[in-house]
Amino acid sequence: MTVFILKRLGLVVLTMVVSSFLVFTLNEFSPGNVASKTLGPYASQEQKNILFERLQLNDPVLLRYVRWIGVLTGVIVDPLQDPVLGLNFHDPRGDQYFGNLGYSTLYKVPVNDVIWNRLGNTLALAAIAFAIILPLSMVFGILSGMSEGSMLDRTLSYTGITLTSIPEFASGVMLMAIFVLWLEWLPGTSPLMSLPEWSIAEQFVLPVLVLVLYDFGYVARMVRGSMVEVMTRPYIRTAILKGLPYRRVIMKHALRNAMIAPFTVILLQINFLITGVVVTEVIFGFPGFGRMLLEAALFGDITLVEAATMVAVFIAVTTQLVGDIGYMYLNPRIRFT
Amino acid sequence: MAGSATPTSDTPVLQIENLRVSYFIRAGDIPAVLDFSLTIKAGESYGLVGESGCGKSTVAMAIMRYMGIAGRVVAGRILFEGRDMASLGDEELRRIRGGKIAMVYQEPYSALNPSMNVGSQLMEVPMIHEGASECDAYDRAIEVLRDVRMPDPQTVMDRYPHQISGGQQQRVVIAMALLSNPSLLILDEPTTALDVTVEAAVLDLIDELRRSYGVALLYISHNLGVIRRVCDRVGVMYSGELMEEGTIAEMFAAPRHPYTMGLFGCIPTVGAEKHTRALQPIRGQVSLPHQRLRGCVFGPRCDHAQAGRCDQGEIPLVRTDGSGHQVRCLRWNDIVPSVARATGQADHGAGDEVVLHVDGMSKFYELPERSLRALLGGGAVRYVKANERISFDVIRGRTIAIVGESGCGKSTFAKVLTGLETATEGSIELHGRNIATIPVQQRSSELIRTLQMVFQNPDGTLNPSHSVGWAIGRVVRKFGLAKDADKVRARVEEMLDIVRLPAVFASRKPRQLSGGQKQRIAVARAFAGKPNIVIADEPVSALDVSVQAAVINLLMDVQEKFGTTLLFISHDLSVVRYLSDHIVVMYLGQVMEMGPAEAVFRPPYHPYTEALLSAVPVADPTIEQTHIRLTGEMPSIIDPPRGCRFCTRCPRRIGEICDTVVPPEQEPVPGHRIRCHIPLEDLRKIPPVFTRVAAAAE
Repeated sequence: MTVFILKRLGLVVLTMVVSSFLVFTLNEFSPGNVASKTLGPYASQEQKNILFERLQLNDPVLLRYVRWIGVLTGVIVDPLQDPVLGLNFHDPRGDQYFGNLGYSTLYKVPVNDVIWNRLGNTLALAAIAFAIILPLSMVFGILSGMSEGSMLDRTLSYTGITLTSIPEFASGVMLMAIFVLWLEWLPGTSPLMSLPEWSIAEQFVLPVLVLVLYDFGYVARMVRGSMVEVMTRPYIRTAILKGLPYRRVIMKHALRNAMIAPFTVILLQINFLITGVVVTEVIFGFPGFGRMLLEAALFGDITLVEAATMVAVFIAVTTQLVGDIGYMYLNPRIRFT
Repeated sequence: MAGSATPTSDTPVLQIENLRVSYFIRAGDIPAVLDFSLTIKAGESYGLVGESGCGKSTVAMAIMRYMGIAGRVVAGRILFEGRDMASLGDEELRRIRGGKIAMVYQEPYSALNPSMNVGSQLMEVPMIHEGASECDAYDRAIEVLRDVRMPDPQTVMDRYPHQISGGQQQRVVIAMALLSNPSLLILDEPTTALDVTVEAAVLDLIDELRRSYGVALLYISHNLGVIRRVCDRVGVMYSGELMEEGTIAEMFAAPRHPYTMGLFGCIPTVGAEKHTRALQPIRGQVSLPHQRLRGCVFGPRCDHAQAGRCDQGEIPLVRTDGSGHQVRCLRWNDIVPSVARATGQADHGAGDEVVLHVDGMSKFYELPERSLRALLGGGAVRYVKANERISFDVIRGRTIAIVGESGCGKSTFAKVLTGLETATEGSIELHGRNIATIPVQQRSSELIRTLQMVFQNPDGTLNPSHSVGWAIGRVVRKFGLAKDADKVRARVEEMLDIVRLPAVFASRKPRQLSGGQKQRIAVARAFAGKPNIVIADEPVSALDVSVQAAVINLLMDVQEKFGTTLLFISHDLSVVRYLSDHIVVMYLGQVMEMGPAEAVFRPPYHPYTEALLSAVPVADPTIEQTHIRLTGEMPSIIDPPRGCRFCTRCPRRIGEICDTVVPPEQEPVPGHRIRCHIPLEDLRKIPPVFTRVAAAAE
């Protein structure tokens, strides 16, 4: 067990290193050099040259990557904060500390000041949505899987597949038309600021609803499929013919086995909810992580893109790790081999 | 009804009256069981025999009232201890299931929940049925695990099903069934998935528990030998109907129904040597209940059927005498059981040319290490010794059988021979050329043609999207036996004719064929390229008894016709004795004994061979068998015993020497080799496992 977790943790570190190198390299080689992207379109050639020198952009990419890691870990001073450059970048934490993600050229603040705030907003959105999606899809998936082909099962299947097929931008616009324009119950944007008319809670309703509608059907279908399969297994027959009450057959014998397959899918939803909800955030003007990443990429804010991508990768590997450990817990055939 | 339902000592445990079960599907209703009656008295053991699709499992599920959405009892009644099962409410039914009637299933591994430990699956039963506390339930479970002879019950309680062996899994399922002291135990092929020595131990256990628990048994099986060992009475089912019923003694000594006689004619007996008695397969295919014609269901396959008599109207079940022997046949009184005939072809003129010379062949697999030390590069590499120093010769045109329980390495040998794996050491010389180290990708098509295989499961080996003719024709084309379409077709038709299938079968798809027909095609495919050696890996163990006999005979005929050498891999010693000239007995990757078939089946035996033979369920009442049972589990092949591989389970172990010193090879007669420490003169004193006694009834 310990060996397994140690191995996995090793893999997590390796994945982070490899992916950070890839992300770094891709960004460095994107059109236009780093100096001109940092300075923006109105900088003079002279300024660009100074920055180019300062950042030692002629060095090989591997060396620059090591330097970037150096800044991140606080071994090296962040060159962008040097007052000589006249960029006016100033981080209250200083220019050399552990976890220095650099300076965002888009928002003109240290990356640490913008990224965690945005991530927090998205985490709140994801957590609420997940807290609704998970029990809802489990209950409906299990109920319909228990009685394959029944009225309930068919209704749920059709509803699920219909909802999943409606893209977020469509359902977002439709919901807005109903609840904002027609009924006037909810706000059309969710900037998460105290607006005179709408509370923060009310601003969460529509984005959460869009995510739930989009994701619920998919997860429910996964759970249903697995449940249907488990219910045909001989050990379920054994449990029934042992004289166990039906409730116990389901709760003790079917559920745990039925959870093994959809477990990974469910964890992938966390991933999706945190880093993949760009569309929903854009529709509702939600100040989230996905929208920030999109804006940073469009603007060419390399530092922020790099930092945000690393956070996204980290979330992905962590859910994967949690998934592997949980899978092992659920499935004794993997736990004891 | 409460008063009348009180069971007295005379009330049969189970009474089935004119049961008719149908499955209702979109196309209409399909009858599965027709007019089936049965009575089981308290403590009695009743065997239900039949081939696949005859409705025997449907009967079991109907008793449990568990038939899915499609199945329904259309007519008749099932009375359990005098109460009609159909009248029970859900709660009453639940109390009877697992409480009064318990079941044991064919595949113990899939019958147990993989994600719950053994203990909680056992403890549930008394907790639900008797409201026992967790503590009491634990004690009860341990007690019953002891009763089923489970070694170290406390440890097993914490294990998960995949962590214990197949035999132990079945013991757990039996313990689970016995925990609530049921009055009826339904066993549906409980030993079919087990090895022969494990099967023997489980059958002994069932027989013993039946007496100590006083439980009545409904034992469902296709194996007459097994039924003979554990049952008092037996019913033979065919196509949803009961054909014959009687006590074990009557039925095995003097079967009355042509189908029952046919079944006996189909099973090879371990007592019979090669060519002393030919198998007499029942012609045709098993007809399923929904394909039935008017009159006798067995009529189309019966040698005694009379047109105008047997194909008219319903055939009633009639009593043959006062003892309760019943038979569903109009002509039971005028049919004389046919006497088994000898084939009279004892020697088919095979020479003594060695085609295959196996010399010290070993196949080791490196074991992946998962410990932290191995991860850091320390620790020695461990090996699985799947085959170790195997040596024997195969003579042209003869049949050599490799027998042993699962995990003995017999399939690994076949893999090395066909080049799917390469040997670690030693050689296999085919016509003087070492092929043990040539992987199949590097083998010439000529070499591949020389060695062909017939597999256990014909479903998995025939491509479902191509016709049968394509499959056979491909072999012919690929190995360059014929090029143009006409010649290929002619060859395909010739092969179909050899395996006794009509030429029209060439255009059929595998799904249109029955299991036996598919296996015939597999035989035709293997022989189509005129191979020198055919390796048959359990070719008949997935087939029904009546079909099995036909395929065995076919295999022997085709082999003789082409003069092919046959390497037959099997766990079924009766079949092995029937068709092989030489036998190699393997255990844990090593050869324990080898020699001519008649020598291996007669003392001196290797103690393992003796135990194997003693475990075979024998259906022939004229044969008496010694009782030798192996205890313990087969040791792990990763860490086998240092001395004799068999020493941990050997009932004839002589001492220290067996554990520490590798036994020598002794040769009682040239060509017969036994790897054992026991001196030959002592081995010769061991009484034979099989002795023929005069039939009691005749």
